[in-house]
Amino acid sequence: MTTAVVELWTEPPLIRYLAQSSARFVVVMTPAGQVLAQHGFARAVDLMGVAALGAAIMASSGALADLMGEATFGALFHAGQRHGIHLAVCRTPRGPLVILTVFGRETSIGLVGFFFDEFAAALHAAAPADRERGPILAEDFEAELGQSLASLFGR
Amino acid sequence: MSADLERALDRISRVRGVRGSMYVAADDGLVVAQLLMETVNGKAVAALAAALARKVGGAASATGAGRVRFLRMDAADGTLLIVPAPRDLLVVALTDPRVNVGLCRLEMMRAAEAAA
Repeated sequence: MTTAVVELWTEPPLIRYLAQSSARFVVVMTPAGQVLAQHGFARAVDLMGVAALGAAIMASSGALADLMGEATFGALFHAGQRHGIHLAVCRTPRGPLVILTVFGRETSIGLVGFFFDEFAAALHAAAPADRERGPILAEDFEAELGQSLASLFGR
Repeated sequence: MSADLERALDRISRVRGVRGSMYVAADDGLVVAQLLMETVNGKAVAALAAALARKVGGAASATGAGRVRFLRMDAADGTLLIVPAPRDLLVVALTDPRVNVGLCRLEMMRAAEAAA
Protein backbone atom coordinates (compact mmCIF):
# COMPACT_ATOMS: atom_id res chain seq x y z
CA MET A 1 0.00 0.00 0.00
CA THR A 2 1.29 3.42 -0.90
CA THR A 3 1.22 6.60 1.14
CA ALA A 4 1.78 9.85 -0.73
CA VAL A 5 1.55 13.45 0.40
CA VAL A 6 1.48 16.80 -1.36
CA GLU A 7 2.11 18.79 1.83
CA LEU A 8 4.83 17.22 3.95
CA TRP A 9 3.44 18.31 7.34
CA THR A 10 0.54 15.90 6.84
CA GLU A 11 2.76 12.81 6.59
CA PRO A 12 3.77 12.02 10.22
CA PRO A 13 0.21 12.35 11.58
CA LEU A 14 -1.13 10.30 8.66
CA ILE A 15 1.36 7.46 9.16
CA ARG A 16 0.58 7.33 12.86
CA TYR A 17 -3.16 7.33 12.16
CA LEU A 18 -2.80 4.48 9.68
CA ALA A 19 -0.83 2.39 12.18
CA GLN A 20 -3.30 3.04 14.99
CA SER A 21 -6.59 2.72 13.17
CA SER A 22 -5.68 -0.07 10.69
CA ALA A 23 -7.50 1.92 8.01
CA ARG A 24 -7.23 0.64 4.43
CA PHE A 25 -7.60 3.94 2.59
CA VAL A 26 -7.31 7.52 3.82
CA VAL A 27 -7.71 10.74 1.87
CA VAL A 28 -6.88 14.16 3.35
CA MET A 29 -8.36 16.88 1.18
CA THR A 30 -9.69 20.40 1.15
CA PRO A 31 -13.46 20.96 1.13
CA ALA A 32 -13.06 21.60 -2.63
CA GLY A 33 -11.73 18.06 -3.09
CA GLN A 34 -8.07 18.95 -3.60
CA VAL A 35 -6.04 16.07 -2.19
CA LEU A 36 -3.21 16.87 0.25
CA ALA A 37 -2.34 13.32 1.24
CA GLN A 38 -3.57 9.82 0.57
CA HIS A 39 -2.95 6.22 1.48
CA GLY A 40 -3.98 3.11 -0.39
CA PHE A 41 -4.93 4.37 -3.84
CA ALA A 42 -2.84 3.11 -6.72
CA ARG A 43 -4.71 4.84 -9.52
CA ALA A 44 -5.25 8.60 -9.93
CA VAL A 45 -8.70 8.10 -11.40
CA ASP A 46 -9.91 6.21 -8.28
CA LEU A 47 -8.53 8.88 -5.98
CA MET A 48 -10.10 11.70 -8.01
CA GLY A 49 -13.49 10.03 -7.90
CA VAL A 50 -13.35 9.30 -4.18
CA ALA A 51 -12.14 12.82 -3.35
CA ALA A 52 -14.84 14.45 -5.43
CA LEU A 53 -17.58 12.30 -3.89
CA GLY A 54 -16.26 12.76 -0.35
CA ALA A 55 -16.12 16.53 -0.74
CA ALA A 56 -19.62 16.52 -2.23
CA ILE A 57 -21.01 14.47 0.67
CA MET A 58 -19.49 16.87 3.19
CA ALA A 59 -20.83 19.88 1.27
CA SER A 60 -24.36 18.48 1.13
CA SER A 61 -24.19 17.43 4.77
CA GLY A 62 -23.06 20.95 5.71
CA ALA A 63 -25.93 22.47 3.74
CA LEU A 64 -28.37 20.11 5.48
CA ALA A 65 -26.91 21.10 8.85
CA ASP A 66 -27.49 24.76 7.96
CA LEU A 67 -31.12 24.05 7.15
CA MET A 68 -31.57 22.25 10.46
CA GLY A 69 -29.92 25.09 12.39
CA GLU A 70 -26.92 22.95 13.31
CA ALA A 71 -23.35 24.22 13.12
CA THR A 72 -22.21 20.86 11.79
CA PHE A 73 -23.15 17.19 11.90
CA GLY A 74 -19.63 16.17 12.85
CA ALA A 75 -18.51 12.83 11.50
CA LEU A 76 -20.49 10.74 9.02
CA PHE A 77 -20.29 6.97 9.11
CA HIS A 78 -21.53 4.45 6.57
CA ALA A 79 -21.31 0.73 7.22
CA GLY A 80 -21.07 -1.82 4.43
CA GLN A 81 -20.67 -5.59 4.38
CA ARG A 82 -16.90 -5.50 3.87
CA HIS A 83 -15.98 -1.84 4.26
CA GLY A 84 -17.07 1.14 6.31
CA ILE A 85 -16.34 4.79 5.70
CA HIS A 86 -15.76 7.59 8.18
CA LEU A 87 -15.94 11.11 6.84
CA ALA A 88 -15.22 14.15 8.99
CA VAL A 89 -13.86 17.67 8.95
CA CYS A 90 -10.71 18.65 10.80
CA ARG A 91 -10.00 22.32 11.59
CA THR A 92 -6.42 23.47 11.08
CA PRO A 93 -4.65 26.83 10.88
CA ARG A 94 -4.49 26.23 7.10
CA GLY A 95 -8.26 26.00 6.96
CA PRO A 96 -10.68 23.08 7.24
CA LEU A 97 -9.71 19.69 5.84
CA VAL A 98 -12.01 16.83 4.92
CA ILE A 99 -10.75 13.39 5.86
CA LEU A 100 -12.17 10.22 4.39
CA THR A 101 -11.22 6.93 6.01
CA VAL A 102 -12.13 3.55 4.53
CA PHE A 103 -11.75 0.60 6.87
CA GLY A 104 -12.43 -3.12 6.87
CA ARG A 105 -13.52 -5.69 9.43
CA GLU A 106 -10.05 -5.88 10.99
CA THR A 107 -10.90 -2.67 12.86
CA SER A 108 -14.11 -0.91 13.91
CA ILE A 109 -15.82 2.44 13.65
CA GLY A 110 -15.19 2.90 17.37
CA LEU A 111 -11.42 2.55 16.94
CA VAL A 112 -11.38 4.68 13.80
CA GLY A 113 -13.39 7.41 15.49
CA PHE A 114 -11.22 7.32 18.58
CA PHE A 115 -7.95 7.54 16.65
CA PHE A 116 -9.42 10.10 14.25
CA ASP A 117 -9.68 12.55 17.14
CA GLU A 118 -5.94 12.14 17.76
CA PHE A 119 -5.23 12.46 14.04
CA ALA A 120 -7.23 15.69 13.81
CA ALA A 121 -5.40 17.12 16.82
CA ALA A 122 -2.02 16.13 15.32
CA LEU A 123 -2.89 17.73 11.98
CA HIS A 124 -3.98 20.89 13.77
CA ALA A 125 -0.70 21.00 15.67
CA ALA A 126 1.43 20.25 12.58
CA ALA A 127 -0.24 22.62 10.14
CA PRO A 128 1.84 25.70 9.31
CA ALA A 129 0.09 28.78 10.61
CA ASP A 130 1.59 31.13 8.04
CA ARG A 131 -1.44 31.43 5.81
CA GLU A 132 -4.89 29.95 5.52
CA ARG A 133 -5.56 28.19 2.25
CA GLY A 134 -7.92 30.38 0.21
CA PRO A 135 -10.78 29.13 -1.88
CA ILE A 136 -9.73 27.58 -5.18
CA LEU A 137 -10.99 29.56 -8.13
CA ALA A 138 -12.52 27.72 -11.06
CA GLU A 139 -9.75 28.84 -13.40
CA ASP A 140 -7.09 27.48 -11.01
CA PHE A 141 -8.81 24.23 -10.20
CA GLU A 142 -7.57 22.10 -13.06
CA ALA A 143 -3.99 23.25 -12.63
CA GLU A 144 -4.15 22.66 -8.85
CA LEU A 145 -5.66 19.22 -9.39
CA GLY A 146 -3.02 18.33 -11.95
CA GLN A 147 -0.23 19.41 -9.59
CA SER A 148 -1.69 17.39 -6.72
CA LEU A 149 -2.03 14.24 -8.78
CA ALA A 150 1.47 14.67 -10.18
CA SER A 151 2.83 14.89 -6.62
CA LEU A 152 0.78 11.95 -5.39
CA PHE A 153 1.42 9.59 -8.27
CA GLY A 154 4.75 10.89 -9.55
CA ARG A 155 3.48 11.77 -13.02
CA MET B 1 -31.04 4.63 27.43
CA SER B 2 -33.75 2.15 28.35
CA ALA B 3 -34.64 1.92 32.01
CA ASP B 4 -33.56 -1.72 32.28
CA LEU B 5 -30.09 -1.04 30.91
CA GLU B 6 -29.77 2.05 33.07
CA ARG B 7 -30.66 0.08 36.18
CA ALA B 8 -28.21 -2.67 35.29
CA LEU B 9 -25.36 -0.20 34.83
CA ASP B 10 -26.32 1.52 38.05
CA ARG B 11 -26.02 -1.80 39.93
CA ILE B 12 -22.54 -2.40 38.51
CA SER B 13 -21.47 1.13 39.39
CA ARG B 14 -22.55 0.62 43.01
CA VAL B 15 -19.82 -1.99 43.49
CA ARG B 16 -17.01 -0.30 45.38
CA GLY B 17 -14.08 0.55 43.11
CA VAL B 18 -16.01 0.64 39.84
CA ARG B 19 -15.16 3.77 37.85
CA GLY B 20 -17.62 3.18 35.11
CA SER B 21 -19.68 0.66 33.23
CA MET B 22 -21.13 0.56 29.76
CA TYR B 23 -22.84 -1.44 27.07
CA VAL B 24 -20.75 -1.48 23.91
CA ALA B 25 -21.64 -2.65 20.42
CA ALA B 26 -19.25 -5.57 19.93
CA ASP B 27 -18.84 -5.12 16.17
CA ASP B 28 -18.58 -1.34 16.10
CA GLY B 29 -16.87 -0.51 19.39
CA LEU B 30 -19.41 2.25 19.96
CA VAL B 31 -21.05 3.07 23.28
CA VAL B 32 -24.68 2.00 23.52
CA ALA B 33 -25.22 3.12 27.12
CA GLN B 34 -22.82 4.25 29.80
CA LEU B 35 -22.49 5.35 33.38
CA LEU B 36 -19.02 6.73 33.94
CA MET B 37 -16.99 8.90 36.25
CA GLU B 38 -16.09 12.20 34.57
CA THR B 39 -12.43 11.23 34.26
CA VAL B 40 -13.13 8.12 32.17
CA ASN B 41 -12.95 8.49 28.37
CA GLY B 42 -15.92 6.34 27.40
CA LYS B 43 -15.26 6.50 23.67
CA ALA B 44 -11.73 5.17 24.15
CA VAL B 45 -12.70 2.44 26.61
CA ALA B 46 -15.52 1.24 24.34
CA ALA B 47 -13.37 1.12 21.22
CA LEU B 48 -10.44 -0.61 22.88
CA ALA B 49 -12.59 -3.05 24.88
CA ALA B 50 -14.39 -4.16 21.71
CA ALA B 51 -11.07 -4.61 19.91
CA LEU B 52 -9.71 -6.63 22.84
CA ALA B 53 -12.83 -8.78 23.00
CA ARG B 54 -12.64 -9.47 19.27
CA LYS B 55 -8.97 -10.51 19.46
CA VAL B 56 -9.46 -12.71 22.49
CA GLY B 57 -12.60 -14.22 20.98
CA GLY B 58 -10.60 -15.10 17.88
CA ALA B 59 -7.83 -16.65 19.95
CA ALA B 60 -10.32 -18.66 22.03
CA SER B 61 -12.01 -19.93 18.92
CA ALA B 62 -8.70 -20.83 17.26
CA THR B 63 -7.55 -22.80 20.27
CA GLY B 64 -10.85 -24.66 20.59
CA ALA B 65 -11.67 -23.01 23.90
CA GLY B 66 -15.11 -21.98 22.71
CA ARG B 67 -17.05 -18.85 23.40
CA VAL B 68 -15.50 -16.30 25.75
CA ARG B 69 -17.66 -15.74 28.82
CA PHE B 70 -15.57 -13.34 30.85
CA LEU B 71 -12.50 -11.23 30.17
CA ARG B 72 -10.31 -9.61 32.77
CA MET B 73 -7.33 -7.38 32.06
CA ASP B 74 -5.32 -6.29 35.10
CA ALA B 75 -3.12 -3.24 34.71
CA ALA B 76 -1.08 -1.26 37.20
CA ASP B 77 -3.73 1.39 37.81
CA GLY B 78 -6.94 -0.35 36.94
CA THR B 79 -8.80 -3.38 35.71
CA LEU B 80 -10.94 -3.82 32.63
CA LEU B 81 -13.72 -6.41 32.81
CA ILE B 82 -15.78 -7.55 29.83
CA VAL B 83 -18.78 -9.86 29.64
CA PRO B 84 -20.33 -10.69 26.23
CA ALA B 85 -24.07 -10.06 26.16
CA PRO B 86 -26.93 -10.92 23.77
CA ARG B 87 -27.60 -8.76 20.68
CA ASP B 88 -23.88 -8.46 19.92
CA LEU B 89 -23.28 -6.30 22.97
CA LEU B 90 -20.53 -6.27 25.55
CA VAL B 91 -20.91 -5.26 29.17
CA VAL B 92 -17.73 -3.42 30.10
CA ALA B 93 -16.56 -2.20 33.50
CA LEU B 94 -13.50 -0.16 34.35
CA THR B 95 -12.43 -0.52 37.96
CA ASP B 96 -9.75 0.22 40.52
CA PRO B 97 -7.16 -2.56 40.90
CA ARG B 98 -8.54 -3.74 44.24
CA VAL B 99 -12.18 -4.08 43.25
CA ASN B 100 -14.14 -7.15 44.31
CA VAL B 101 -14.01 -8.83 40.89
CA GLY B 102 -16.43 -11.62 41.84
CA LEU B 103 -19.14 -9.20 42.88
CA CYS B 104 -18.55 -6.99 39.85
CA ARG B 105 -18.69 -10.02 37.55
CA LEU B 106 -21.99 -11.11 39.09
CA GLU B 107 -23.54 -7.71 38.42
CA MET B 108 -22.12 -7.72 34.90
CA MET B 109 -23.69 -11.13 34.22
CA ARG B 110 -27.02 -9.73 35.40
CA ALA B 111 -26.50 -6.76 33.12
CA ALA B 112 -25.86 -9.13 30.22
CA GLU B 113 -29.17 -10.88 30.97
CA ALA B 114 -30.92 -7.51 31.07
CA ALA B 115 -29.85 -6.89 27.48
CA ALA B 116 -31.60 -10.02 26.20
